[in-house]
Amino acid sequence: MEQITARPFPPGNYDVVVVGSGPGGLQTSHSLSALGVRHAVISQDDAPGGMFRRFPVFERLISWTKPDAPVARGTREYEWYDHNSLVGENGAGALVPEFMDRSFDVPSRAEMEACLVAFAERTGVQVQYRCRWTGTRREDDGFVLETSDGEYRCRFAVFAIGVTERWLAPIPGAEHAEHYVDTRPPDAYRDKRVVIIGKRNSGFELGNGLLPWARELVLVSPRPVQIGPLAHSPLRVRYLQPYEEYVRGGAGTYVVDAAITRIERLNGGLRVIAEGTTWPGRLEFDADNVILATGFRTPLLDLRELGVTTVLNDRVPALSAFFESLSVPGIFFAGNASQGAKGVRKHGVGPNSTSVNGFRYNARVLARHIAERLGIERHRPRLERDEVVPFLLRELSCGPEVWIQKNFLARVVSRSDDGLRDEGVLPLAHFLDEGGEDAVGVTIEMDPRAVIYPAVYVRRRGRIEEYELPPHPVHAYNSAGYRQELDSRLKPFL
Amino acid sequence: MREQPDIAESLSRLSLFADLSHTQLESIAHRFDEAVFAEGERILRTGLSGGALYVIIEGEAVVRIDERARVRFGPGEFFGELGVLLDEPPNADVEAATLLRCLEIPGADVAPFLLEFPQVMLRMLRSEARRLRVTTEWNR
Repeated sequence: MEQITARPFPPGNYDVVVVGSGPGGLQTSHSLSALGVRHAVISQDDAPGGMFRRFPVFERLISWTKPDAPVARGTREYEWYDHNSLVGENGAGALVPEFMDRSFDVPSRAEMEACLVAFAERTGVQVQYRCRWTGTRREDDGFVLETSDGEYRCRFAVFAIGVTERWLAPIPGAEHAEHYVDTRPPDAYRDKRVVIIGKRNSGFELGNGLLPWARELVLVSPRPVQIGPLAHSPLRVRYLQPYEEYVRGGAGTYVVDAAITRIERLNGGLRVIAEGTTWPGRLEFDADNVILATGFRTPLLDLRELGVTTVLNDRVPALSAFFESLSVPGIFFAGNASQGAKGVRKHGVGPNSTSVNGFRYNARVLARHIAERLGIERHRPRLERDEVVPFLLRELSCGPEVWIQKNFLARVVSRSDDGLRDEGVLPLAHFLDEGGEDAVGVTIEMDPRAVIYPAVYVRRRGRIEEYELPPHPVHAYNSAGYRQELDSRLKPFL
Repeated sequence: MREQPDIAESLSRLSLFADLSHTQLESIAHRFDEAVFAEGERILRTGLSGGALYVIIEGEAVVRIDERARVRFGPGEFFGELGVLLDEPPNADVEAATLLRCLEIPGADVAPFLLEFPQVMLRMLRSEARRLRVTTEWNR
């Protein structure tokens, strides 16, 4: 209850205001504090957790945490084995394994929520709870956030407000269907014919959850299930059972590629009429329940009117490499909405920003960028010449940022008159496009055949050279062969 | 700012997709992502591999070689096809000349996409032929 009654951030002037107390808001606030940025955090909720206070509906996450791993819990290397914890700037990370009962190697929703509460307590992240953001306007060189508690003035606003608002596909008759967020307990679907519209995370989650209950289950959407990419997606961990049943000819479960023409009411039930996309022809499905698992969008309130442009069918804000609105400078997004920053998308591979493991690093990069914009100088440790190649190979072998945010975040070393400097983790797109002093950026990438390999980008006199190093079966890039190759690639730079 | 129109609806307004049914447009809109770029933001980078085919839905893009603007593309036009079809890194930068909204078809998906929708391939070929005609006229 202390969390609800504490009023740590009264309305007033702040350098930065963070909206939201889910994982994105907590990580951003923690990282801003570690850099000495004066900010307020406000939230309409009465405790930490954000979407994990409600979702996923079937109570089990899809991203793994391995309580015991080849490296020690709490180290930076361990983060690659723990895709759900926030990252502490002072050793407060790796909390999720503490809270898991090990029934699965993925945490439950309740375990995740408890962990986020503990993170806020242990790191001292403070939040003005039950403070609802109600409107936004520009003023001077900043913004005013109108809230239920009063007005917050800031130079930069960071919205960590999730992607949890219903997104409804423009399907005639969609009003007859339920949305994922309205899904009832599974026994409500006992012996029912259920059509789920959508074959992404939420569609397969519902499909898997309803397999033991529904009489007949149909998952339908225009896009075919792509087995190749799914093999590299956490989605497969739990949610692909309906698909497996369908491809093995399991009766009563169907996964169909078709565009929905309309949904009609029919004799007390519903009929879904669809047109095949990977095969010609029309299908009709009679159902007791139709559930729209067509996805979510960021609850932008009045930010569209302020000029914030969106992407991905109007679902999320379109963002720069540093997670700033492309159309309204000074407005940033953290958490799941940071997926609006597309990155380089080499070979069509996008960032991993829709889950905690990816956006925890986005929040760190964002915090550091805001700190710099506020005049707080970045810590750039000096490196000796002989240290550079082993340092970069170590990052490529076990740097969690470049492994989780493949081809999106890079470890950068620069060279100028005052020597070689570790510039830390930066967006790869920024590194490629900013120009400036000679530097090298390394990251991990995946090619169209899903082969993982290290990539090196060398900037010399403003021009970028790209080198792709060979893949390794256990991703160990510390051998003499890699040292030799990277050494030769970096010789002109060093 | 207004809410964005549905991607399938946006594609239906482009001549490149004029021969496709609504179901086919829905299929394309679900399969490929929309990408938005700020004015001045780079989309294709000289010498860097792994590019895509981009079809402009809204806004303009400019092709730059050694910093010099060479060609501008607008709604319904496309770029990135040369690098993808020849499997070579682009020999020019392409950047957004305005706020730019595109459909992005990753390199590995382009050939299957064109074979699946030959009507689109034919319209692309006509566009390429017109570009070639302009180039030959320049060189006369």
